[in-house]
Amino acid sequence: MEAYLNLFVKSIFIENMIFAYFLGMCSYLAVSKTVKTAVGLGFAVIFVLAITVPINFLIDTYILKPGALKWIGPEYETVNLSFLSFIMFIAVIASMVQLVEMIVERFSPELYGALGIFLPLIAVNCAILGGSLFMQQKDFSGIAESAVYGLGSGIGWLLAIVAIAAIREKIAYSNVPEPLRGLGITFIITGLMALGFMSFMGIKL
Amino acid sequence: MSKKNNSETKPMIFFLNEEKEPLFSKKNRALLTDPMDDNNPITVQVLGVCSALAITVQLKPAIVMSLSVMVVMAASNVIISLLRDLIPNRIRIIVQLVVVASMVILVDQILRAYAYDVSKELSIFIGLIITNCIVMGRLEAFALGNGVWRSFLDGIGNAAGYGFILIIVAFFRELLGSGNLLGYQVIPDMIYEMGYVNNGLMLLSPMALITVGLYIWFQRSKNRTLIEKN
Repeated sequence: MEAYLNLFVKSIFIENMIFAYFLGMCSYLAVSKTVKTAVGLGFAVIFVLAITVPINFLIDTYILKPGALKWIGPEYETVNLSFLSFIMFIAVIASMVQLVEMIVERFSPELYGALGIFLPLIAVNCAILGGSLFMQQKDFSGIAESAVYGLGSGIGWLLAIVAIAAIREKIAYSNVPEPLRGLGITFIITGLMALGFMSFMGIKL
Repeated sequence: MSKKNNSETKPMIFFLNEEKEPLFSKKNRALLTDPMDDNNPITVQVLGVCSALAITVQLKPAIVMSLSVMVVMAASNVIISLLRDLIPNRIRIIVQLVVVASMVILVDQILRAYAYDVSKELSIFIGLIITNCIVMGRLEAFALGNGVWRSFLDGIGNAAGYGFILIIVAFFRELLGSGNLLGYQVIPDMIYEMGYVNNGLMLLSPMALITVGLYIWFQRSKNRTLIEKN
């Protein structure tokens, strides 16, 4: 239990997708003009990350890893399909996004209305593919660990985008040097926020 | 972006039509030069920022990354442009993802075979070229509506604009952060003896964001048409 909690806190704060690895920066910069849309996109990312990371974990363990195909028969023990992981992961992500979109539309039209435009965008959000690739690199031992990791990184992403959206709403009223307005100042603020987040680095759980 | 020419309606002879125009006409040259400044993918179109920042601690991975992106972009732009009349509109995103993913797998395998340490250093960021918004963005915005040669140039041009920013950021971070360039020491020992110390802060990831922010400031104060109105 404690190990899961560690991983959860670590993936939210210490290994924050945006501040430590800059994943999902494109949508982070594009959709952070108001807090409301930022919250919508943030929840969609949590949702998709928490689903795709465990699924990709299963695919990685039972199909892609060297020797993973042993369960079919002993003669498959030497097969190594790990070079296919990019294409498998992105296919899972694209189809999961489509599926999530259909399920949400069927069972919760309000949520669909709120997330509507963001859901298809998520398929090409680097944070999602990044989550799966980090999962592969970290060699998690079980599906629960990977689910916790996916959920945690999603929450970290939500925190980051809501924080920057709130700052950008306020900064519209301040006197920023003209050439820095908009994109430039957002980059610099994100850098400063990332410096702040680095203070979590020393925490050993 | 460009006027549709006759080749759009008769896909079978687009090669013929295009050869009437000189290969490096003014319009085509603009495809190569625009992304360097006026229409830079990172600082103006805000595409592909994700991977641009994480791998700029040193110059060498930045150069390898730019070359990989260039290969992937040029190849996938050409393929999608060849297929553009065959792809049904509804499933185009998945088709694009599959094409890009296969190109990235090729690049990844080649890097693993011939430049293993760099490939280790770039870790997951080669894989992330798949979801790099530059590649998808240019496929959507350009390759789906333009001929093969123009799409090829657009891919090369945008990848060069992307690489340009990567290399500038990596240059300053490596120079100021560790006193090296491409792994060779460039700041002479004499200066260290006089009390100069490398700025370790430049090696930390937040400084990549701030360096890009400063570059945007510099670029927009030179080119005032790019300034955003709030």
